[in-house]
Amino acid sequence: MAVQTVTQQKVALTGNEAVAMAMKQINPDVVAAYPITPQTDIVQYFSTFVADGKVKTEFVTVESEHSAMSACVGSCAAGARTMTATSSQGLALMWEMLYIAAGFRLPIVMPVVNRALSSPINIHCDHSDSMGARDSGWIQLYSENAQEAYDNTIQAVRIAEHPEVRLPVMVCQDGFVISHSLMNLEVLPDEAVASFVGEFTPKYPLLDADHPVTYGALALQDSYFEARRQIADAMSRAPAVILEVGKEYGRLSGRQYGFFEAHRLEDAEVAVVAIGSAAGSAKAVADSLRRQGIKAGVLKVRVFRPWPWREIGDALASVQVVGVMDRADGLANLGGPLFGDVRSALYDRTRRPVVVDYIYGLGGRDVTLEDIEGIFRDLLRIKDEGRVTQLVTYLGVRE
Amino acid sequence: MPSLKELSRQPEILTGGHRLCAGCGAPIVVRQALKALDVPVVVANATGCLEVATAIYPYTAWRCSWIHSAFENAAATISGVEAAYRSLKRQGKIPGEFRFVAFGGDGGTFDIGFQSLSGAAERGHRFVYICYDNEAYMNTGIQRSSATPLGAETTTTPAGEVIPGKRGHRKDLTAIMAAHDIPYVAQVSPSHWNDLVTKVKKAFDAEGPAFINAIAPCPRGWRHDGSLTVEVTRVAVETCYWPLYEVDHGKWRLTYKPRQKKPVEEWLKMQGRFRHLFRPENRHIIDEIQAYVDRKWEELLRRCGEA
Amino acid sequence: MSKGPGLGQLPGWREMPAGAVITEAGNAVRYQTGDWRSLRPEWSQEKCIQCLLCWVFCPDGAIIVRDGKIAEFDFEHCKGCGICAQECPPKVKAIKMVPEEEVTEVK
Repeated sequence: MAVQTVTQQKVALTGNEAVAMAMKQINPDVVAAYPITPQTDIVQYFSTFVADGKVKTEFVTVESEHSAMSACVGSCAAGARTMTATSSQGLALMWEMLYIAAGFRLPIVMPVVNRALSSPINIHCDHSDSMGARDSGWIQLYSENAQEAYDNTIQAVRIAEHPEVRLPVMVCQDGFVISHSLMNLEVLPDEAVASFVGEFTPKYPLLDADHPVTYGALALQDSYFEARRQIADAMSRAPAVILEVGKEYGRLSGRQYGFFEAHRLEDAEVAVVAIGSAAGSAKAVADSLRRQGIKAGVLKVRVFRPWPWREIGDALASVQVVGVMDRADGLANLGGPLFGDVRSALYDRTRRPVVVDYIYGLGGRDVTLEDIEGIFRDLLRIKDEGRVTQLVTYLGVRE
Repeated sequence: MPSLKELSRQPEILTGGHRLCAGCGAPIVVRQALKALDVPVVVANATGCLEVATAIYPYTAWRCSWIHSAFENAAATISGVEAAYRSLKRQGKIPGEFRFVAFGGDGGTFDIGFQSLSGAAERGHRFVYICYDNEAYMNTGIQRSSATPLGAETTTTPAGEVIPGKRGHRKDLTAIMAAHDIPYVAQVSPSHWNDLVTKVKKAFDAEGPAFINAIAPCPRGWRHDGSLTVEVTRVAVETCYWPLYEVDHGKWRLTYKPRQKKPVEEWLKMQGRFRHLFRPENRHIIDEIQAYVDRKWEELLRRCGEA
Repeated sequence: MSKGPGLGQLPGWREMPAGAVITEAGNAVRYQTGDWRSLRPEWSQEKCIQCLLCWVFCPDGAIIVRDGKIAEFDFEHCKGCGICAQECPPKVKAIKMVPEEEVTEVK
C-alpha cells in the first residue's frame, strides 16, 4: 500500500523551536524539566504551549535535573508518555538516573542540546555531555540541523516505545550552532505526528490497582547480571526497529532515516566521519574537493548508540584514509570516543582504511570550512606518503 | 478515632517475609500508617533499610505498586507518579482513585533527599511523605545524619577519647516542612498508634503535600533490645524529646501532652548509643540535651497556644 | 524450611520480566523469616483480652487477626523480637517469650 506523503509546512525555526514544536505535536502526558543553557528555550516554548492549553501535558517544573529524570522515571513507570530535555551539567547531574531509566526499561524521550561539560564552565557546543552517557543504555540519535532534530524527536517516541526495544532515547543537536540558529525546515501537520506516535501502551504501569508491580528491587549477585543482559538484548534489537521507523517516517514525510548519511562515500578515497553540524560543513568541503577531482566523502553518524558497526565498517571499508572528527576528548591518550568506535568497527576487516582522529570544537571553538579542508589535505597526504605522522590532532587549539 | 478492631479489617499492604531486623521500628510505622488508607496507593521509597529489606529480587513485601529509583529522590519520583496520575486521569484513562506516599529514612529525607522533598512540597503535589526517623544512616552501618541527636554515638561520630559522640543538635525537619506552608505536617510515634493513624489519615485527606515525621528506633543502632522498640518511642514522647503535634493549614496544635514531663535521661539510659554520656566527664552533655529538649518544648507550647 | 530460590532456580534472562520488575505483588510471604527466631511468643488464648495491641505493634504482621480477634501467630514469619510480649498490658501478660524449640529437620 503506497502511503502518500502528507502536505508539510515550510517554516523557519531554530533547532530548539523545532524540537519544542515536535514535543507539542507529540503531546506527551508528562514533561518534567529544568532549564539549562542552551536547552532553555525548549522548556520555555513548551511552557507557553502548556499555559495556552495547546497541549494536554502535565508540566512539572522540577528543582533540578536529577529531580527531572527522577520524576520522568516515576511518571513513565506509572504509565504516562514522558519527556524532558537538558544539556551538559544537567545531563551530568542526572547521570545515575539515566542508568536507572534504562535499567527500568522506560521509553523516555529526551532532547539533549549538546554543550561542553565543565570544567571550565562553558555554555557552548561540544559532545562531551552526551558522549559521557554513551554506556548508559540510552539510544543516542544525533542531528545535523533543525530538520533532523525535529524528525529525530518524533521518531524517537516510536523507537523508544517499540515492544522489542523499550529503552529511553536521547535526541542530540549542537548547542547554539543548531539550537539557536534559524533554519528552514518542513514540519508535519499535527494529526500526522499524533497518528505516527500513536497511543502509549505501557508495560507494567504502577497505576494499575489490579496488577500492582514493584520497580527497583535489590537484585543481588544472583539476578543483577540477567537484568543487564536484557538491556543488551534490547539494544541489539534496536537497529532493526530504528530502520523500520526510519522507513515509515520516510513514507510519511519524504525524508527517510537510517543509521548514518553516506555522502559521496561509494568511491571515496579519503573520507571524514563526523557527528552534528560539522558534518554539514564537511559535506560542503567534500563537494568542493570533488569539483577539483578529489574523491572525497563524508560519513555523518546519526545513530551512535546502538553503534551500527557492521554498516559503518561496510561503508568505510574501501576508503583509503579516514579522518574522524571528535567533538569530545576521550582523554585516553588515544583520541575521542568516535575514533575508538570507528576503529573498532574496522578492526576485523582484512581490508581497512588508515584512521586518524581530529579533536575539534571543544567548548564551542568554531570549526571552519578551511579547517575541514585542512583535514582532507592531511588525509590525502597520508594516502600519498603511506604513513601517519600524527594519529590524533587537536584541531584549532592555540599552541 | 479508629478502633484497633476496625483497623484490623484493613488489608496488610506490607507483608511478612520482609528482611528488616527483628524489632525494627520502621515496619511498625509503615503498617500503622498504611491502615489510614482505603484507596489504592502507590509508594515511592528512598534507598535505605525499608527499601532494601522489603524488595529483594525476586521477592517484594509490597502488595501495592511500589517504586524505588534512587536515594535522594523519593519525593521527585512520587512527583512524577502523581503528575502522571493527574494527566492520565484528566484524559479519562484511569478509572479509580489513587493516593501517593513516599517513604524515606532520615538520611533520604533530612540530608541527601531534602532538596527533592522541598521541591515537591513547594510544587504542591498531592502526596504524603513519611519519614521513618531512626536518627542515623542505619542501612550503611549507623553513620551520623543531620537527625542524629547531640552526643549520640554513631560510626562516624564515635564516643572517642577527645570527641564524645555527635557534635551539635539535630535538624528540626518537622518545623522546616511546616515552613513550606503545606496543608499538613505532623510528628508521630508508633507507641501512640491512634494519634499516628489519625494524623496519617489527615495527611492523605489534605489537598496537597503532607509531611509526617515518625520516630522509628533501630535496635542495632540505638543499642537496645529489639523487644523495647515501642517502649523506647513511648519514653521519647513522655520526656518531650519527641513531641506529638500537628500543623494543620498553618495552625500548630499539640496532640499529646504528657501528664508529667520526664527527664530526658530516662530515654537516654535505655540506649547504648548514649551510654558514654553517663560518665562523669560527659554528664554536662546530658544537661545540654535536657536544656535543648526544654527549650524546644517551651517553644512548641507557645506555638501551640499551650504556654 | 524454604529460604527461596537458589541460583539454579531463578529464571534465565529471557524469562525474567524486563527491568527486574516484580509482577507478583506481596510474594515475600513465601520467604520464611521464621527461622531467624531464637525466642518464640507463647500466647495464652485464655488470658488474652483481645486488645489487639500486639497486632498493631508487630513489625512483621505476624499476628493474624480474623473478625477482630487474634486468631494465630504466624510462625513462618515471626522473628521473635518480643515486642508483642513486652507490649501486652502488664495486668494481662498473655504472651511469654520462650526459647525456640530446636527442631532438627531430616530432609
